[in-house]
Amino acid sequence: MTIYDIIFYLFAAITVLSAFLVVTAKNIVHSAFYLLFTFFGVAGLYVLLGADFIAIVQIMVYVGGILILLLFGVMLTNKITSVEIKSGTIHVLPAVIGLGLFAAFVLSTMMTTKWKSNPAELPFTTVYDLGYILINEYVLIFELLGILLLIALIGAASIARKDKE
Amino acid sequence: MITVGLEHFLVISSILFSLGLYGVVTRKNAVMVLMGIELILNAANINFVAFSKYGNFGYDGQAIALFVIVLAAAEAAIALAIVLNIYKTFANVNVDEIDKLKD
Repeated sequence: MTIYDIIFYLFAAITVLSAFLVVTAKNIVHSAFYLLFTFFGVAGLYVLLGADFIAIVQIMVYVGGILILLLFGVMLTNKITSVEIKSGTIHVLPAVIGLGLFAAFVLSTMMTTKWKSNPAELPFTTVYDLGYILINEYVLIFELLGILLLIALIGAASIARKDKE
Repeated sequence: MITVGLEHFLVISSILFSLGLYGVVTRKNAVMVLMGIELILNAANINFVAFSKYGNFGYDGQAIALFVIVLAAAEAAIALAIVLNIYKTFANVNVDEIDKLKD
């Protein structure tokens, strides 16, 4: 068992445990903070897979952006001063049974399939190659995503603003 | 314990996906449903990056993972704007109580 394996199991444990706590915690703010640990754990897994740029983007966008947005959403849609911020649950038993079966099926498929494994050696950094591929093969998607983000920005601002009286 | 390979990452992402789906199905609060969706997107992303490394496909998988992260950011912004509007209209964001399209 090498250092790599130990670090993998550490990050895997962080990810799975905090993801479990996200979906089971009663308090939404607690869920949001457990989600922070999940995102960090996933970023660690990306680093172990040799995707350093994706890991940094994961931390910057998810932790710095999406998590803050979600916390704003929690704060703006609850009466914080009067009631405890709780989220009820519905259909727990059917969900546990159905998703237990689903998870068992997916896990058995993942573990019994003979995946062709031909690991690429870990590069020193992926930024150069990733940037190259982004503005060559994927340049159309890249530009479209830029436009999409602009549209999303304008759309979110115009949906969420207060109506003019 | 055996050496870490592709299967380990796939198992982690399957567990993450199932947990995210559980969150989407069982929680009432719309913001919690969004958190479940983020978990699902992260699970898909782990798969992309894992196959990108162990399949030796170059950087295509990582590029697509990057696109997924961008889409997740756009989705979160729009969805929260919609949730805020729902809160303005219904005074709560429980997805099981919001069943009117028009007053």
